[in-house]
Amino acid sequence: MSRLSVRKTYKLYIGGAFPRSESGRSYPVTSPKGEFLANASRASRKDARDAVVAARKAFPGWSGATPYNRGQILYRVAEMLEGRRAQFAEELAQSGQGGKKAALEAVDATVDRLVWYAGWSDKIASVHGAANPVAGPYFNLSSPEPTGVVAIVAPADPLLGLVSVVAPVIVTGNTCVVVASEPSPLAAITLAEVLATSDLPGGVVNVLTGRQAELAPWLAAHMDVNGLDLTGVADADLALQCEQAAAENLKRVLRPVQEDWTADPGIGRMTRFLETKTVWHPVGI
Amino acid sequence: MMAIFEYAPAPESRDVVDIKPSYGLFINGEFTDGSGPSFKTVNPATEEPLAEIASATSDDVDRAVQAARKAFGVWSALPGAERAKYLFRIARIIQERARELAVLESLDNGKPIRESRDVDLPLVAAHFFYYAGWADKLEYAGFGRRTTNGQGGTKPLGVAGQVIPWNFPLLMLAWKIAPALACGNTVVLKPAETTPLTALLFAEICRQADLPPGVVNIVTGAGDTGAAVVAHPDVNKVAFTGSTEVGRIIARTVAGTDKKLTLELGGKAANIVFEDAAIDQAVEGIVNGIFFNQGHVCCAGSRLLVQESIQDELLAALKRRMGTLRVGDPLDKNTDVGAINSAAQLAKIRELSEIGESEGAERWSPACELPDKGFWFPPTVFTGVAQSHTIARDEIFGPVLSVLTFRTPAEAVEKANNTPYGLSAGIWTEKGSRILWMADKLRAGVVWANTFNKFDPASPFGGYKESGYGREGGLLGLEAYLDV
Repeated sequence: MSRLSVRKTYKLYIGGAFPRSESGRSYPVTSPKGEFLANASRASRKDARDAVVAARKAFPGWSGATPYNRGQILYRVAEMLEGRRAQFAEELAQSGQGGKKAALEAVDATVDRLVWYAGWSDKIASVHGAANPVAGPYFNLSSPEPTGVVAIVAPADPLLGLVSVVAPVIVTGNTCVVVASEPSPLAAITLAEVLATSDLPGGVVNVLTGRQAELAPWLAAHMDVNGLDLTGVADADLALQCEQAAAENLKRVLRPVQEDWTADPGIGRMTRFLETKTVWHPVGI
Repeated sequence: MMAIFEYAPAPESRDVVDIKPSYGLFINGEFTDGSGPSFKTVNPATEEPLAEIASATSDDVDRAVQAARKAFGVWSALPGAERAKYLFRIARIIQERARELAVLESLDNGKPIRESRDVDLPLVAAHFFYYAGWADKLEYAGFGRRTTNGQGGTKPLGVAGQVIPWNFPLLMLAWKIAPALACGNTVVLKPAETTPLTALLFAEICRQADLPPGVVNIVTGAGDTGAAVVAHPDVNKVAFTGSTEVGRIIARTVAGTDKKLTLELGGKAANIVFEDAAIDQAVEGIVNGIFFNQGHVCCAGSRLLVQESIQDELLAALKRRMGTLRVGDPLDKNTDVGAINSAAQLAKIRELSEIGESEGAERWSPACELPDKGFWFPPTVFTGVAQSHTIARDEIFGPVLSVLTFRTPAEAVEKANNTPYGLSAGIWTEKGSRILWMADKLRAGVVWANTFNKFDPASPFGGYKESGYGREGGLLGLEAYLDV
């Protein structure tokens, strides 16, 4: 007699915990062929707001951690993911992200991307900051600092795309609320399990699943969100609505882009959500 | 009692400037008529009309953008070294005509000649010198591998639409035009309605420098003209310095387009004085922080946070110092505080000050005689200000200081950051580790420690939060004008 498998309940990831949506709603996730995979939580406006509160709460600790520490934790995420390659590959293959081989390649590329970004934690300030040679007796130093809480609408690519937008935001000290790919949200929640066991403080990454068109506008208009990454928004009207709403508190906005996630990412995704602080002090005796 | 020596008048001659009765728009290297109803620019110190200024309609703006688009092909194709030489040439002409520009700036803006001569003009020339040198070194700026698409790094954006404020008319022009041109862009710039004259003289300087026609276009007018520049579909880059309110409208306007946007907006900076600070230096810093340029400064230190233990001593010293500020004729070389730029701004400062009183803060100004004509407001300090007071939250943009107190460094940080703005901050203490601790915690783009209101073309300037985004100055200032 074959054993009946124990299925996983896919919930949200907010403040380091895995709650169901407060709305009690869920939506069925299927493979491209229409086979039922799971019921994912359909997050509400209230869940989005809770996630922002968790991200804000985590910001002082995470942005105040040493870059070395943040780099170690991102590397730890890569280690945890490496250990679960097979599980992720199977999950990706089930949800129709190519065959087993392609899925495994995507997982490997994701691990490598995490390692790449982990190393940036204590280098970005050297590349994106400067000692400024001002015309006077002053010490003058510009350093990058994280923008704050960033809301991210993740692209359709459920794992490599997701990690490619989340890692550059958090490695510099931002915290985030990410809306997972609407049709393929399962890998995002499994990734949250990896994040939860990698010493990443709760609230640094918060994952919502559900309707992009329902969640993105609330996050875009939220006055305690400082940055908005619209990479995953394919609908031009929704992107416009979100960017307009973001103007209210002058969020830093990354407009929707089509990207080849296997290409060299550059540092643009990090610098988009960095501020520059310039400190002056007189020189004298 | 020691005798007080009176200052004799020391007026700078205005003969050095030749103001024409009327000015047109500067499009494609020529002065042309505007299609809108012309308006007058006045001397805010006397209310005397200085000149009649053309007003650009959206059709005029369209002509300017077309001229800039046409010139972009030529300008962006020039070797960087050649663009550099044009900018060096402009910098030199600015130095040669510095006195004329300084007097004109003080006449049109109301700022003391001491400041336009010793701060604005030297910085304007320095800005052009600085960015001139970048024009042929963009490959070394390190933007090559920063893009998400892995290409670019030295490519200009195209036509830049730039809208600037009235508080530092020529300096803001320099901050906008110098990096734009160095990177190979062409520009359509709209100066503020109340201070167009130095921008129009700059147009003449572009002609003296033989800058190719269309590389710089100046369109004068009010808010509608600025809105037309921002909304023009053939503008690739929008740069704005001004109020947060207008910044929001601009961000909404460019939403959904490919336009790159940088915004330098309002502020409500905390100037934080600890009990171990050098008091006399701190007082000079506080005065410079809020009364420089009549407080018409987005990064002005408009909230004084003083440690409770020294508040009596510090406030007494501050009031004593405020009593020696000379308010009056901007063209007098002894003047410290000049005229408020416009009747509208004066009304706003008065209104907010009245609100300050009605909400319970205590108002104080030194005895000072203000001229009968023109727009004037005495240096003013409010004590007993709570964080909830309007004058602790809203940008006044005038010579009005709100004083709050704190006990611990953590409380100072909490209060300093308790604002939607994040442009600048000041710290006064003799303890180095505390300076660095505070600087780390303050959410502001520029932190001045034991100094205030220092600017340099090599030093990036710009804000956090609702003070806008993007940086002007330094290597990072190039990013706003490159396709990266």
